[in-house]
Amino acid sequence: MSQTVFAPWNDPDEKPLIQFRNVTKRFGDFIAIDNLTQDIYAKEFFALLGPSGCGKTTMMRMLAGFEAPTKGQIFIAGQDMARIPPNKRAVNMMFQSYALFPHLSVWDNIAFGLKREGKDKDAIAARVDEMLRLTRLSKFAKRKPHQISGGQRQRVALARSLAKAPKLLLLDEPLGALDKKLRQDTQFELMDIQEKTGTTFVIVTHDQEEAMTVASRVAVMDEGQIIQVATPAQIYEAPNSVYVADFIGDVNIISGRAKPNGEKVAIHWAEGQPDIIGTTATKFEAGQEIHFAIRPEKVAISTEEPADAANKTKGKVLDIAYLGNISTYHVELPTGHVVKAQTANTRRLSRRVITWEDPVWVSWTDTAGVLLER
Amino acid sequence: MRRFSWFNATALSLGFAFLYIPMIILVVYSFNASKLVTVWAGFSTQWYGELIRNEEFLNAAWVTIKVAVMSSTIATVLGTMAAYVLVRAGRFSGRTLFSGMIYAPLVMPEVITGLSLLLLFIGIGLDRGVLTIVLAHTTFSMCYVSVVVSSRLVSFDQSLEEAALDLGCSAFDAFRLVTLPIIAPAVISGWLLAFTLSLDDLVIASFTTGPSATTLPIKIFSAVRLGVSPEINALSTIMIAIVTVGVITASLITKQAAVRQARDERMAERPA
Repeated sequence: MSQTVFAPWNDPDEKPLIQFRNVTKRFGDFIAIDNLTQDIYAKEFFALLGPSGCGKTTMMRMLAGFEAPTKGQIFIAGQDMARIPPNKRAVNMMFQSYALFPHLSVWDNIAFGLKREGKDKDAIAARVDEMLRLTRLSKFAKRKPHQISGGQRQRVALARSLAKAPKLLLLDEPLGALDKKLRQDTQFELMDIQEKTGTTFVIVTHDQEEAMTVASRVAVMDEGQIIQVATPAQIYEAPNSVYVADFIGDVNIISGRAKPNGEKVAIHWAEGQPDIIGTTATKFEAGQEIHFAIRPEKVAISTEEPADAANKTKGKVLDIAYLGNISTYHVELPTGHVVKAQTANTRRLSRRVITWEDPVWVSWTDTAGVLLER
Repeated sequence: MRRFSWFNATALSLGFAFLYIPMIILVVYSFNASKLVTVWAGFSTQWYGELIRNEEFLNAAWVTIKVAVMSSTIATVLGTMAAYVLVRAGRFSGRTLFSGMIYAPLVMPEVITGLSLLLLFIGIGLDRGVLTIVLAHTTFSMCYVSVVVSSRLVSFDQSLEEAALDLGCSAFDAFRLVTLPIIAPAVISGWLLAFTLSLDDLVIASFTTGPSATTLPIKIFSAVRLGVSPEINALSTIMIAIVTVGVITASLITKQAAVRQARDERMAERPA
């Protein structure tokens, strides 16, 4: 039995929940968002990923209504949001600082938004209890925010922002403060809650691992623009630019000139070295500048010359980074390029054959890397 | 090493003597049985009894308290509003000028403040009395309130207000339900500060008062010109007590509650 793949962005009949149309946001001379157009669909877990100052937080604050676009329009569920203040939007936000009200108990924090809606007492109590159960906080209902742990506070913030059952939930670096173990657990918890409630989540993060784990689609941003939007797997395996390839995970980039040859492209990258052979759907002109990007785990390392590899070259081991489950070898080629090759440590360390200064071969297939124009 | 060397002890006692000996003498002589201020003739509380029967002093005290309560309340409302706008409104043209101007009355000589207010009241034809003193006291104590409140607002996490807006509050509700409860200690201590300032003001009050309204400091000042009486000592002792309690309470509230609130707020945020 096959599961239907969740991909509303590929369905032309699907109406997007959020539409950014040519949105520009300036702060004085600084352009935070530069003519950005993007659709986000209902029930998506959409991640905005980028370095600080790339405009991801500004995008989120415009969705919440704390900032207004300088130019362009934002639609949520088909409605132009230009004149709608934050308190009139079916959007809630989980703040980076959590912003829990210190003078109110956990229960009252979660009930805060519901009370503003003027619901009756029983309905509020029922909803708050439901939220407390969902986030496993029932025991702490009467505590004040300063009497609970960091992880619990983070769950209170989530419960409070979900209590009003918003169409859209915004998460601003929600897990930044948690330690790694707790963060990973919480990521799965977030995905679980997102699935249970069917809410659309937009998350802002600078942590690529987090974006890859939780998101249905990742938007990689730089200088107020979205460079690429795709599923985590596509972003990793088929980045559209050197910037994206470099931002997500570890990568080797080798630049050279293209020599198209049928379906394959040969890349002339250094004198006296064999051309790199790669496969691509993009048309490259002869002599055009081309960048070859390959992930370290797709580069094989061996002491013997590999017999049938499409690409192979000799070098010597410069450095070894031992990470427990994997090791990364930095191999220096005679041209001065350093290529990173990664292998899984399936054997115990004592039996490792390659060590510092060893002459080695690095090799990869003709489909292992990506060919990029920019 | 001894912490209290003879030098430290002397310096400390000299400093405190300088500050408090005049007041201690005043308090001690208020319990003097003799009518002569400078001759000690045994302990007595008769002057306090006499004070309670003195209608003029009681009237003046009532006027003073009325003025202090009214002016400090108005000053607290206005000062809090001013502080809120100056801290929160972001950049608008002339913001630096405005925030500088709000502190100016702190350093302005009282004589000038009093004189300018007097000219204003005469100019607009306002009869001088309780109302004019209230207005004058509001004017100068407002800036103290705004200094106290704005220093609290600066350390206030603005995302708390944004969270309130996000959860459906109007701007006013966000202030009433989130900001005000959190900054309440600063507002209360601002009120107490304004109250004590108004209570002991002589200069501005004497410029802006009229024949119908005599405050206690004015009364004491004019009485002393006819000679110091033990009754005045008793009255002054009571005022010292009130002001001391007011100031100590204000500083306790600011210190303790603000420390606690800041801690709660920090704890309500993510761990660093």
